[in-house]
Amino acid sequence: MRTLLEIRLLPALAVAAIVIVLPYFFPSAYYFRIGALVYIFALAVVGLNLLMGFAGQVSLGHAGFLGIGAYSVVIGPVYFGLPSWLCVFVGATVSGAVAFLVGRPILRLKGHYLAVATLGFGLLVAIVLTNEAGWTGGPDGMSVPRLALFNWQVRGSDAWYWIAGTTLVGGFVLALNLMESPTGRALQAIHDSEIAALVLGIDVARKKLTIFVISAMYASVAGSYLALFNGHVTPDVAGFLRSIELVAMVVLGGMGSIVGSLVGAAVLVVLPQVLTIFHEYEQTLLGLILMVFMIFLRRGIVPSLAATFAGRRR
Amino acid sequence: MAELLQFVFSGLTVGAIYALVALGFTLIYKASDIINFAQGEFVMLGGMTTVFVTLAGVPLPIAALIAIIATTAIGLALHRLAIEPARGASPVALIMITIGASIFLRGFAQIIFDRRFHSLPPLFGSDPIKLGGAAILPQSLVVLASAVVIVTLLWLFIDRTLLGKAVLATAANRLAARLIGIDTRRIVDFSFAVSAAIGAVAGVLITPIALTSYDVGILLALKGFAAAMLGGIGSALGAVVGGLLIGLFEAFAAGYLSSNYKDAIAFLIILIVLVSIPHGLFGRAKIERV
Amino acid sequence: MRPLQRFTVTALIGLLALLTAENFAFAQIKIGSVLSVSGPASFLGDPEKRTLEIYVDEINAKGGVNGQKLQLIVYDDGGSADNARTFASRLVEEDKIVAMVGGSTTGSTLAMIPVFEEAKIPFISLAGAIQIIQPVRSWVFKTPHTDKMACEKIFADLKARNLTTIALISGTDAFGKSMRDQCVAVAPNAGINIAIEESYGPRDSDMTPQLTNIRNKAGVLAVVNPGFGQGPAIVTRNYRQLGIALPLYQSHGVASKQFIELAGPAAEGVRLPAAALLIADKLPANDPQKPVVVDYSRTYQQKTGQAVSTFGGHAYDGLMILVQAMQRAKSADKARVRDEVERTKGYIGTGGIVNMSSTDHMGLDLSAFHMLEIKGGDWTLVPGT
Repeated sequence: MRTLLEIRLLPALAVAAIVIVLPYFFPSAYYFRIGALVYIFALAVVGLNLLMGFAGQVSLGHAGFLGIGAYSVVIGPVYFGLPSWLCVFVGATVSGAVAFLVGRPILRLKGHYLAVATLGFGLLVAIVLTNEAGWTGGPDGMSVPRLALFNWQVRGSDAWYWIAGTTLVGGFVLALNLMESPTGRALQAIHDSEIAALVLGIDVARKKLTIFVISAMYASVAGSYLALFNGHVTPDVAGFLRSIELVAMVVLGGMGSIVGSLVGAAVLVVLPQVLTIFHEYEQTLLGLILMVFMIFLRRGIVPSLAATFAGRRR
Repeated sequence: MAELLQFVFSGLTVGAIYALVALGFTLIYKASDIINFAQGEFVMLGGMTTVFVTLAGVPLPIAALIAIIATTAIGLALHRLAIEPARGASPVALIMITIGASIFLRGFAQIIFDRRFHSLPPLFGSDPIKLGGAAILPQSLVVLASAVVIVTLLWLFIDRTLLGKAVLATAANRLAARLIGIDTRRIVDFSFAVSAAIGAVAGVLITPIALTSYDVGILLALKGFAAAMLGGIGSALGAVVGGLLIGLFEAFAAGYLSSNYKDAIAFLIILIVLVSIPHGLFGRAKIERV
Repeated sequence: MRPLQRFTVTALIGLLALLTAENFAFAQIKIGSVLSVSGPASFLGDPEKRTLEIYVDEINAKGGVNGQKLQLIVYDDGGSADNARTFASRLVEEDKIVAMVGGSTTGSTLAMIPVFEEAKIPFISLAGAIQIIQPVRSWVFKTPHTDKMACEKIFADLKARNLTTIALISGTDAFGKSMRDQCVAVAPNAGINIAIEESYGPRDSDMTPQLTNIRNKAGVLAVVNPGFGQGPAIVTRNYRQLGIALPLYQSHGVASKQFIELAGPAAEGVRLPAAALLIADKLPANDPQKPVVVDYSRTYQQKTGQAVSTFGGHAYDGLMILVQAMQRAKSADKARVRDEVERTKGYIGTGGIVNMSSTDHMGLDLSAFHMLEIKGGDWTLVPGT
């Protein structure tokens, strides 16, 4: 039994090791910032991966939940005087509730139709955030009050690096446990064949809704962290391009691969930074690299590489 | 009454634009089950190339032709260089490739064109046609007419020609199609080329109304995709109806409800429609194999 | 070592030396810039980037500042405030800049301010909203006119023409929204009544429903359109399409001759507040701004082949104010440069004549704006403004 446990949580341990070891190589606070951003996005991507990779439901509007989480840590403290850390939980609850309400009708749709429905949801959130300037500060956004824990004002990229890293490890543990639980197995059954799952007596609609809610909460926490870290939030945190970015991270890293979530996030956060040396050609190269990755590592980076090594070992 | 008519005209103007873009999604989907998110960039390339070629002194009709041919070539290249090599990948991976292609083409456009926005002269002048107290631009009618023409041509093609049947066969079951001797690779080549051409034509016709710039593709692809889904993906008629409906929803929302929330209202209606009619207005339910 | 190997090693060392030589030869003054070159605000960021590059090269060709060459480091935030924040951090930690001219949008500026305040680096912003300099932050300055000033200028002209009941149609982008908010706030004091408000998305292609509602509203005497980019051009065209005869006012976000080309005959009679840059050639010979704006217009047009834009002009002003402050301070020391920027007096730029102080980190007043009217396909100055 102990061996099984070790293997199951191995990815989480690996991530923990990475989080602890990397800072030794960081020459400046800028690298801590990049690291923190990678972990924050990876958290959202883990949630989306549960939805897309395991349950097989595509969501083109997931940044909407990122936005709900991000704005709850502004609206809560500024208008209601709530402490920021509490608002992270409030945001996650609100996101979960919204996901529950929206998910019930939408998740009946299949394939591209579900994609459009989630797209519409994401756009709706972004539009509301842009227009309700009285609450949200409108298109220019609002400044976010700093997170205060036990009288300590959390500021600085290194503090957030550790917070994001720890939360990511926790998120990994949760996701890995979920995948081995009855719900996780049910989800994989649904992914493989929905009809067979139904025949087996699995409440497909309910399981899909559960995972939708969970993935929304992951994204919400990530959004809250993003807002607290940046100190400023604008409506394009919930925008269409953000949603596409999240989906790209999932697909690039490998759908259904929890470790791939970290890899996908790392690639799409670090690559634009690296490509700035090419100035005018940044976007062209980004598009090219994306295409090349998907053509040659079509199952995503982690699964494709794992398959290559598994093949070689024999 | 006059204002209702004006709202209808506005809705048809904008809706015709969405309809043309949505048509581009349809053919590629019909032949290969792929949603091509670079479709918006085909529209952009059609418009921008025409603008820059006319700026170089070439007369408009020839510039438009050059733009359409160039865009068609790019569509073909997209299939041969990016989609074909990834044949067998999951649908999501293929969509990601088209997204990568759209980013690539946008970056490319920034370099060879510029980042400003441009216009083209309308085909029949810019004086509006007055009808019942409302005004519509002649170019809007051109866009509407071309949507109808393209739908008709597509329908005739799919229904009446052997090549069209081959496209349907490829979409239904690729392996079976190859077994009876259809060169499926050529079929998908063809669908990409024609979709690119449709996109380019759309770009040339839309620009006199909506202007063009290197990033018009993003929003157009979004709305076009939504329109295609609303109408039922795979149905050309559905694409046009979907596009017109979205345009009308937006116009009525802006006119009667709230101009701030017009896009939100339009999308809300799309959501409600899809939840009630899961396969879109003219879509056919896909038979799930167990 | 064999001769070929020796040659390769020497060549590689030589190459390495060449690549690093630029950095080691003479210490350069590093100026950072985060601009929205691509994305929804590229209408702002693209001319800004071109201007900065052109003029940094010109200054370096003339010997640099205080005997040192300038090194310009530009990052493109794509219109996203989050990206801007990351690049700001990179400029401070990695590139070790001494001053910053940038921030095309208010959102990206506000996101970056904490970074530069904490690093104590003078930051000259190129964005419009008044919150950037009010409350005054010691390290933050800006060159563009505030949108509040644009509203005040428009309202003054409306009042003079007795058009006191108006309609607003604004873009829902940050620029349009910010200016709309300022106009609403300023209207009562200026004696203007806003009877109806409509809005449109910045990439919309048809605004006739909104304009129809405006046309049908009783009592409206004029229409004001806060917005930037292509939206105002389409609004203007739709205006003509619907045959609306009321006076139309655009905003300073329209900022370039391209607007007239795109709006076509519909642009006749449209008025807008603009800096002297747009009417460079038509300024009276004794206008102190004339030499500066004529020279900038010509240089920009020559080097880029594009019509001059006021946003590029803001970048020009930002760079020149910074450079002149460095020259006065006779050093690139951040604190001293900041002090000198604050002491900028009588700087004649494309936006106007700048007089900064410890309570005013922008330095422009209403006289920096002129009211322009489009006649015969070109800008003309409305007399007395």
